[in-house]
Amino acid sequence: MFRSFAKKSTLTGLILVSAAAQPILAADDYKLGLVTFLSGGAAGPFGIPAQNAAKLVLETLNAGQLPAPYNTTGINGRTIVPVFMDEAGGATKQASEYRNLVERQGVDAVVGYISSGDCLAVPAVAEQLKTLTVLFDCGTPRVFEENDFKYVFRTGPTATMDNVAAAHYINETVEGLKSVSGINQNYSFGHESWADFNGSLNQLKAGVDVTTEQFPKIYAGQYGAEISALMVNSANVIHSSFWGGDMEAFLLQGSARGLFEDQTALLTTGESAMYRLSDQIPEGTILGGRGPFGVFAPDTALNRWFREAYTSEFGTPPTYPAYKMVQGILGLKLATEKAALNVNGQPSTEDVVSAFEYLEYEGPGGKVSMNRGKGHQATMEMVYGRYALQDGKPAVTDVRHYAAACVTPPEGMTSVSWIEKGMPDAQCD
Amino acid sequence: MKIATILLIAAAIAALAAGLVMPGWLTFMLTLALAKGLVVLGLLLLMRAGLVSFGQGLYYCLGAYCVGIAGDYLQTQNALLLMLLAVVACVALAAIIGLLLCRYRDIFFAMFSMAFSMILYGILVKSTAFGSTDGFNVKPPLLFGWTPGGESSPMMAYGLAVVAVTGVGIFVWNYLRSPMGYAGEAIRENEIRVEYLGVSVRKVIYIKYLLAAAMAGLGGAITALAAGHIDPEMAYWTTSGEFVFIALMGGTGHAAGPVLGSIIFELLRTYAFQISPYTWQMILGTALLAIILYLPKGVWSLVERITKRIAA
Repeated sequence: MFRSFAKKSTLTGLILVSAAAQPILAADDYKLGLVTFLSGGAAGPFGIPAQNAAKLVLETLNAGQLPAPYNTTGINGRTIVPVFMDEAGGATKQASEYRNLVERQGVDAVVGYISSGDCLAVPAVAEQLKTLTVLFDCGTPRVFEENDFKYVFRTGPTATMDNVAAAHYINETVEGLKSVSGINQNYSFGHESWADFNGSLNQLKAGVDVTTEQFPKIYAGQYGAEISALMVNSANVIHSSFWGGDMEAFLLQGSARGLFEDQTALLTTGESAMYRLSDQIPEGTILGGRGPFGVFAPDTALNRWFREAYTSEFGTPPTYPAYKMVQGILGLKLATEKAALNVNGQPSTEDVVSAFEYLEYEGPGGKVSMNRGKGHQATMEMVYGRYALQDGKPAVTDVRHYAAACVTPPEGMTSVSWIEKGMPDAQCD
Repeated sequence: MKIATILLIAAAIAALAAGLVMPGWLTFMLTLALAKGLVVLGLLLLMRAGLVSFGQGLYYCLGAYCVGIAGDYLQTQNALLLMLLAVVACVALAAIIGLLLCRYRDIFFAMFSMAFSMILYGILVKSTAFGSTDGFNVKPPLLFGWTPGGESSPMMAYGLAVVAVTGVGIFVWNYLRSPMGYAGEAIRENEIRVEYLGVSVRKVIYIKYLLAAAMAGLGGAITALAAGHIDPEMAYWTTSGEFVFIALMGGTGHAAGPVLGSIIFELLRTYAFQISPYTWQMILGTALLAIILYLPKGVWSLVERITKRIAA
């Protein structure tokens, strides 16, 4: 008897709690869910910089003080109220928390997700709840290659673009390129990065040997055995998509053992450690920023404002996750305001969706074109350069830009088959 | 015994009716909680025999992947068929692994069970066809081509979860009162004595292990159908650890403990996420510490205490 009583009273209790938890908001506030890693290994290098950038931009947007054309208040005049959420717990947990954000906390839109697993799981729920969702950072091209989503957009480039551009870069700049080796983390991003890099390099230049491919565990922190393997199987270039603490540990341990003395490291996410490890990164190391972000960003009013404001607020220049977060929020703002031009009052989600599709705009990292995935996936140019100390300060030299059309598969083709077929229709300069 | 069954069915009907008025997020969260409750019900059978498995994630994940893979290859969204397949696959695997595991006790059993789930994790991480660590999406379930409230509604999976938990709950409740059920506690107390009484300890444990695997597979299948996405994280040892956490929280004294425990766990975690996005782990940890200190037999012991007080 008490079992059923307990069950019933628990349920009633739940309903009461949920009713009480509905927050009271001013009618014209824009509630924005922001999901990034706030705990775990991805929080330090990605989650927190992205969250810091969001805080800075939302504050400035609400004051209407961003450089033109973003100098209007909030989103379409509505003050933005952020709701921060930790991305930890895995994809199922995040699908559940997404529902909570929308149905319990009543957010108007969600910007977030760093992990590719979350980016694959969350869109299905977003479609069910018909809520505008902007994926800002995750890399897997599968999101829009395997599905068509109506309410989901991704304002950042995919990981394929990083690695195809990396292959172009070493093909063009490394003289006598004969061999490459790879060290990538043993999870999706690591495997896909290496496969895309190696596949596209094979297409660009025949006869480049792979001396060794290492896949240590993610967050391993100790790479003694892998560094030995890389030293024994020496190659012209060592490709690595390591990020965060893993990349830093690999750089420190590799430098100490002289790994980079006659081999060049190619770090696809290297830009994010450029300032913190300015003394440890060997000069000549090839760095990528997963797009025209950070040190690779163009010299525009928006970028100058962002770098100065971010550096003075948080004590370090913004890295690419921070840039990508700003890009996501600005895309949402622009699409909403574009949609509002044609309607009286606030535009509906459907209006914003059609305004967002195939949108082109300038973010702090330059031009963003939503021209893949039926207008839902962004492309951007890709940039690589070599690390150099100029007057004792970290900088990049020998910077090369690759147009989006050069490193992105055409609409309707998956990245894997595009690379396999020899990257047809790529428009490179 | 019959009264308990009737009450449980009544509670299930009440839960289904509540599903019609509950907000979507709550329905979804309860579905996941009930699915985990199923896994923990299986764990409870083992724990009552003194065996703590840190590897139930193996069957939880296998069940989910069966649903995902079979759904793709057989082109079916039939929820019942997929769930059945998941259970059969899990029992088949458990029948082999169980032969080995049933020879071990204590920490050795815990470590061995964990090792097997980590093997599955390792295999899935290497399988790019299944999306490696990113996993892949599962189509929403149908019941013979029909789904209540449209494909977007979480009601379908919720209904499946409630029915499954009710069925398994009635079974476990009766099982624990059967000679086989009591044999588990006897084994925990004194294994040699049980052998001398003429009961095959290995057989008792083997059957419990198979049952636990079936329940974990069912829980995994429901999770896959509800969440629409699966990844190898389900086989990672922290997932298995979560099941042990829930079992300790709910208590192993009664079949309702795991279900209650997992609902409280999910509620606690989601509100911890909302209230303190930076330190939610601390809230969970503090709650578990408090339960261990003040309710060493789990949350369910609170219900028993109240029942006794009213009866007295």
